[in-house]
Amino acid sequence: MTVALCATAIVVIALLWEVMLPYVDRRLQRRRARKAARAAGDVHAYDPGRERRAEQRARELLKSCVNEEEWEMYRDLGMIRVWGGESLDKELRGVPYAYLIYPHKPIVAYLPQTGRLLNEYCVEFPDESKPYGSARLPDSDDVLAKWMALKGDERRLISSANMHLPGRQVDPRQVQRDIWRLGRWERERLERHRRASSGAA
Amino acid sequence: MKFLRMRPGYGEQLIAEGDVEVGEDEQMLVEEFRRQLEQGMWAAIPVENASGRREAEMVRAFEDIPRAADRVIFFPRAAGGAQ
Repeated sequence: MTVALCATAIVVIALLWEVMLPYVDRRLQRRRARKAARAAGDVHAYDPGRERRAEQRARELLKSCVNEEEWEMYRDLGMIRVWGGESLDKELRGVPYAYLIYPHKPIVAYLPQTGRLLNEYCVEFPDESKPYGSARLPDSDDVLAKWMALKGDERRLISSANMHLPGRQVDPRQVQRDIWRLGRWERERLERHRRASSGAA
Repeated sequence: MKFLRMRPGYGEQLIAEGDVEVGEDEQMLVEEFRRQLEQGMWAAIPVENASGRREAEMVRAFEDIPRAADRVIFFPRAAGGAQ
């Protein structure tokens, strides 16, 4: 009995070791990289609130740049819809299309009239100077960068992006749900405004 | 006019500020603008159109910035994401 238990314990430990090995490897690598960076004087003291403060600043900037409706959309739904202004697709023949902007996810183009998803545009804004060890902008800055680039030069942004069919990175069911949520949100917002203006009158 | 730059881990950072009507300030802004573009930044100006809608304009040269603009936002140039 004891021998069987010991054998089982050894097998379990061996299996766990196999599973844990990549994790331990990664931790050791990270530790070595941190140590090397410290030795090179290339590391800032760890500040747990930095990312939160950065995001807070980015949200304020976003709010000051986009339209009130778009800000509320982002605040409530976590995304912004921007109407397309170009004729990117000859098949569309003037049919209005729009983009959904998510933080650090591809921009999704779709037809608001039918909800049909057109394309995903994978685009990033990497800051290679990596001031705090990362090239990634805060979420709201990423959204604002996409918003400004789409509004300012849609064609340039779209041509910089990698285009894929829907579903490559963003779950199409999630996008369909977001489009539905957006429609409901718009109706409720309109209703609130109507009530507020009739109350004021 | 203020120049703001988006930075990872920080949010926006004021990188230059000056009065475009003052020669020295304008020269400083021109140089900073060029430096940012050389570092691979894109520059945009938040604007309001005639109907009051907020929009953005991308600028590629200092001369394209309207004199009345109060801020220019620099952000890293777009690159294609996950293949």
